[in-house]
Amino acid sequence: MIVTPQKARFTQPLKLTSGAVLPEFEIAYETYGELNAARSNAVLVCHALNASHHVAGTYADDPDNVGWWDNMVGPGKPLDTNKFFVIGNNYIGSCFGSTGPTSINPATGKPWGADFPVVTVEDWVAAQACLADHLGIERFAAVMGGSLGAMQALQWALSYPARVRNSIVIAATPRLSAQNIAFNEVARQAIMTDPDFHGGHYYDKGVVPRRGLRIARMIGHITYLSDDAMMEKFGRVLRRVTPGFDFDVDFEIESYLRHQGDKFSTYFDANTYLRITKALDYYDPAADFGGDLSKAFARAQADFLVISFTSDWRFSSARSREIVRALLDNKRVVSYLENDAPQGHDAFLMDDARYFNALRAYFGNIAL
Amino acid sequence: MTEAETIARWVNPGARVLDLGCGDGKLLKHLWQTRQAPGYGVEIDDAKVIQCIRNDVNVLQLDLEDGLAAFADRSFDYVILSETLQAIHRQEPLMKEMLRVGREAIVSFPNFGYWRARIQIAFAGHMPVSKELPYQWYDTPNVHHCTLVDFEALCAKLGLRIIERLVLTNGDAVTVLPNLLGSLAVYRVSA
Repeated sequence: MIVTPQKARFTQPLKLTSGAVLPEFEIAYETYGELNAARSNAVLVCHALNASHHVAGTYADDPDNVGWWDNMVGPGKPLDTNKFFVIGNNYIGSCFGSTGPTSINPATGKPWGADFPVVTVEDWVAAQACLADHLGIERFAAVMGGSLGAMQALQWALSYPARVRNSIVIAATPRLSAQNIAFNEVARQAIMTDPDFHGGHYYDKGVVPRRGLRIARMIGHITYLSDDAMMEKFGRVLRRVTPGFDFDVDFEIESYLRHQGDKFSTYFDANTYLRITKALDYYDPAADFGGDLSKAFARAQADFLVISFTSDWRFSSARSREIVRALLDNKRVVSYLENDAPQGHDAFLMDDARYFNALRAYFGNIAL
Repeated sequence: MTEAETIARWVNPGARVLDLGCGDGKLLKHLWQTRQAPGYGVEIDDAKVIQCIRNDVNVLQLDLEDGLAAFADRSFDYVILSETLQAIHRQEPLMKEMLRVGREAIVSFPNFGYWRARIQIAFAGHMPVSKELPYQWYDTPNVHHCTLVDFEALCAKLGLRIIERLVLTNGDAVTVLPNLLGSLAVYRVSA
């Protein structure tokens, strides 16, 4: 499947949760399949921390660049593009095409950098609603996402109850735990204490806080994998014949984390990383309801499919069960899958026949 | 009369139903189609959960042995435990949970006091294997078999009221010597 990234430009100001206003913005997106005449088959796919609007397929000029959820989305796949019109979008504040810290601030003619406002999950959803209007989609057949993407799928059902028929919420949490926030804070500190960070104004200095980004990514990666998956994949295997009794790479896992960190620091923007982790930290739809998630969901109208993975310790199954409980309290139509795939949080990206078959069955039952 | 028909007759139209160990969701679908009773199923088996989704039935993949913490007090009219009681490790806390969550519980189980089972133990000297109990003793999901007498004693111990009881053999109601002649028992109980 050859796809072409597109951009939609919005000149109306977007008022953000923080009170700041984005005077104008762009959203990068891709589409797969055809919008039907009734405009009833659109599915919005929301991405997690480091992914983009490139959900599926490849580019004509870059055949190796396969979309991050290509196993899930495409002709004949669980989210079948022969039936559905699927939209991948890049959230604002990202560094992959939508307006973000690396974009030009119209007020100064220079990159926003540290001046780009902190955005929230609610802001992302509001911007995505502009994209839906732009594409002429009044109501989505489904909004779907994993991890941070799942928060957007949840928030869609809360921000625009009438515009979502199905909310598909995978490897989610209704709010970060103190431990989740703690990991994010360590990652942010790694970036902000990098001498190349320059308070976020590093673009015009010709440097990138690469060391900070590396460490941030290494920390993140630890939380994406389960203890068992890490042991299975790397064990205590040494990279060299005997221990070096120095601080070079001894173990495979060290080599893996360094490699992941190096790779990430070449393509990801530090200001974006800070903002995304803050968006995660702040997300708490129950906050306005005295912490009562059931009250928060009272306004939802969608049907829900909630999926968790028992090996996920970052957003554990117990967190997904809180969401299910809140939906049951509101008598919503909901199904819940608790999958025992071993990979941890990252399991939502992996092929698992049971997980995929459940989604295939669910999408199969969505009448258009 | 099938078990599903019996249960459907007991369920008021429009009632809210929770089916524990719901399998592929057929009973829930039947209750929706015949009594317009919306409901949720609880099922642990991966393949059956997918069948439920395919059958367009609400299903929650949870372990009954962990209790029913996902459900609020009195959030259902009926909590159904259909031919699952014998596969549960701890019946007492589950029965209590069912009547915390539901106004009434509907429980069915294969009667271990059925004469065919008794004959297999008493004369052939082996654990019963039959249409209702198709498993070998070493390869069965069933861990706690009981008879009508046993179940009614448990209800008495827990202070539960038996509202209605139907005993079936091959789809026919059994009224004479039910603990001997009935192969399947269906009970309606309340707190």
